[in-house]
Amino acid sequence: MNYRVVIGLEAHVELKTQSKMFCSCSADYFGQEPNTHICPVCLGLPGALPVPNQRAIEWCVQIGQALNCHIPLFAKFDRKNYFYPDLPKGYQISQYDQPFCLGGTISVSGKKFGITRVHMEEDTGKLTHGGDVSLIDFNRSGVPLVEIVTEPDFDNAKDVKAYLQKLQQIVRYLGVSDADMEKGQMRLEPNISVSLDTKSKELPRYKVEVKNINSFGFVEKAVNFEIKRQLEILQSGKTPVQETRGWDENKNATVSQRVKEEANDYRYFPEPDIPPIRWTQKQIDQLKLSLPILPDEAVEKAIALNIKVADAVRVSESVQVFSTFMGAAPIAAQHGITAQGVANFIINNKKMDVSGTTPAELVTEIVNLSKNEDVNKDELRAIVQKVIKDNPKIAEDYKKGKDSVIQFAIGQVMYAIKKKIDVNIVRKLILEELK
Amino acid sequence: MNLNSLTIKQARQGLRAKQFSSLELVETHLTEIEKRNKSLNAFLTVCSNEALAKARKADELIKDGQNFPLLGIPIAAKDIFSTKGLKTTAASKVLEDYIPQYNATVIERLQSAGAIIVGKTNMDAWAHGSSGENSDFGPVKNPWNEQYVPGGSSSGSAVSVTSGMAMAATGTDTGGSIRLPASFTNTVGLKPTYGRVSRYGIIAMASSLDSIGHFTKTVEDSALLLRITAGRDKLDATTPPEIVPNYFNSLSNGVKGLKIGVPKEYVLGLESEISNNFNGSLKILKKLGAEIIEISLPSTEYGIACYYIIQPAEVSSNLARYDGIRYGNDRSFFGDEAKRRIMLGTFTLSVGYYEAYYKKAMKIRTLIVNDFENAFTKVDAIISPVSPTKPWKIGEKVNDPLKMYLSDALTVNANLAGIPGLSVPSGFIQGLPVGVQFLGAKFSEALLFRIGYAFEQETKFYQKAPYEL
Repeated sequence: MNYRVVIGLEAHVELKTQSKMFCSCSADYFGQEPNTHICPVCLGLPGALPVPNQRAIEWCVQIGQALNCHIPLFAKFDRKNYFYPDLPKGYQISQYDQPFCLGGTISVSGKKFGITRVHMEEDTGKLTHGGDVSLIDFNRSGVPLVEIVTEPDFDNAKDVKAYLQKLQQIVRYLGVSDADMEKGQMRLEPNISVSLDTKSKELPRYKVEVKNINSFGFVEKAVNFEIKRQLEILQSGKTPVQETRGWDENKNATVSQRVKEEANDYRYFPEPDIPPIRWTQKQIDQLKLSLPILPDEAVEKAIALNIKVADAVRVSESVQVFSTFMGAAPIAAQHGITAQGVANFIINNKKMDVSGTTPAELVTEIVNLSKNEDVNKDELRAIVQKVIKDNPKIAEDYKKGKDSVIQFAIGQVMYAIKKKIDVNIVRKLILEELK
Repeated sequence: MNLNSLTIKQARQGLRAKQFSSLELVETHLTEIEKRNKSLNAFLTVCSNEALAKARKADELIKDGQNFPLLGIPIAAKDIFSTKGLKTTAASKVLEDYIPQYNATVIERLQSAGAIIVGKTNMDAWAHGSSGENSDFGPVKNPWNEQYVPGGSSSGSAVSVTSGMAMAATGTDTGGSIRLPASFTNTVGLKPTYGRVSRYGIIAMASSLDSIGHFTKTVEDSALLLRITAGRDKLDATTPPEIVPNYFNSLSNGVKGLKIGVPKEYVLGLESEISNNFNGSLKILKKLGAEIIEISLPSTEYGIACYYIIQPAEVSSNLARYDGIRYGNDRSFFGDEAKRRIMLGTFTLSVGYYEAYYKKAMKIRTLIVNDFENAFTKVDAIISPVSPTKPWKIGEKVNDPLKMYLSDALTVNANLAGIPGLSVPSGFIQGLPVGVQFLGAKFSEALLFRIGYAFEQETKFYQKAPYEL
């Protein structure tokens, strides 16, 4: 390859706390009547003050801990000053130089990627433009938002997608966010640049940020689109402009939104309305101890039950399925069903919502399905004979020593009888008839 | 003697003894407003009907034997305190028609204690100013001589108390905005410890400096009000759970044996009349048994420079919400002083300047904090004049912002350090009031009241009014 791709990622995750980040309004805004979850604080009315949501801060720290971050004992909030109609105070409360979590790592498909920081901020209101009016809904204003920033460690769209899926899986395991992209609970912003200098380790002198991406599929497409677009510009001897682009799903392309002539000046300064947060090491340790099981550990636990690695990954996709699996495995063993058997059922079954099932129910279901129905032996023999007669190739192949044809014969018999019966009996009968 | 010459303490006694009703008390104050506000311009909004209705209600409660600490007492609120359903403008045209949907915590607490709000007082717009002349609705005049400024920014509140229009009035002190007008109007002004009183619902000027206090005629009344307004508020994260002591327990303990420091940096460059008045105050304290000790607060001279970095920085951010999308009037309605501070603050927070200005100012702020902490290991409290000059004439400094800023030279450091200050009348110069301030360690309001009370009982300047009430 005669070029080098550099990608770093910013992801925003909305926490599912009961109340908003700085007031007691309900944070559950999705699908609600506009401007019904509001108060002086999240409207930014004169004189209103923010009081931080402790639960949200703890969850932010736990996200950081799940990503192997260092949690400094001192952290503070800062004001990020900028004008936008959906920002009622004229600044967003965020974290600048002393965030809650710093310097972590995440393993995705066998590779390690660096996490620069994880910090806490507040969501903005929502604008709707129509005709010659713009409407603002402040229900979302002040909803707790955690931003996770990676190092520029990625060089392809596939890894980017895998990382984001893993991140979604982790916050869901933590139970701190549903991270539903369609509802805007998880938002992704890749920063992409390309260099023709494959030897240098330096970052390219520009980067392109892509916003408004609301699915993993689109991230992959957007990244690939950008790599191709930027490469073409570079190969023509030019440098792509530093800018913010948006993903246009109709055009299947990124489109320029805002060209950054120079870095935005947000005039950060410490938020005077919120005293800095000073943790004790004990509090940090306590939060770490109370972390639930995380995806990597879940996979290991499943593997320890002697199931295939790929299947271990499948049964660990969500914490609900995983815990059902782990609970079901020992119960299934009492019925002579292996953990792999349970895994097989979970992976292959289409009928049952495993995440909403208790382990005992799951095992009962597996046992029921594997129970064979009684069948009249003469009736069965008649069917076997008919199958052999209708498919002369079975006998031919068998004589030639092709044992695999037996499997075909079994399938035909099972299909004809339309009952769940013991395969071994069928096999025995077929072999008898073929003699 | 008229009802509006009473202190709150006297009025409470009178109300309880049924010597007069709350209705009479409120009416007297409203009458005074009607009579004098046209020339003094102390009130932007007067709510006579609501106040009278509440007074009638208070009289019923008094008849029922109810005894809230401020039941039936007429007070005024600086027009920067959000009052539900009552216009709150911060004396700026930007908020000319803004009616808050909620009450500031202090308003809630005062009303729950039975206080009756008679109106909202004029001020320097957004609390930017030391004279009361920066109001977008005209300057407030000093009733002791209407040619002179009453001090700012809580000018209308100070004037309302000294002229018998309200028995107490709320104020905010970001760099001296309570203490200075108190000293210019012969009233007692309290700037509590930062965080002692909730800022919730008070339109922010500079959030890390804003202290919420009040004006009263006497120190005892000041203590009475603080008992009501102080304490943790779950709506303001900067209010610590520190208990609110009963300030009356030690009020009359006197100053005998107390060490009171005079910072040598504070008495340089005083007007000679101020200097004389101040020396007189020291003599009184000595006579009362206090030990006067010269101390040094070496970082004092950097206070104003430090303050005029941090304060406009916070102002620029706090005023960003008045962006023209809400509240009716857009940014063109900002006055010159607000624009000046928005520009200053935006500049000092910008990339490339932040380190040189804001960050450096924060370091100086730490030095100032340390200065006071050191001082309070040697002395119990500090005394100084409130203003280096006596009240000035209206118009005298309006075209010289720097000169105006320097009038806060002796007050801003208490805000930077977050410590409490109590301004108490110390006499008159050519018929114009002046005052001294007592500064103490954080949460030492009880001690400041005790010193102020001893000083006041000895001097009794509070008994003087600008005219026969």
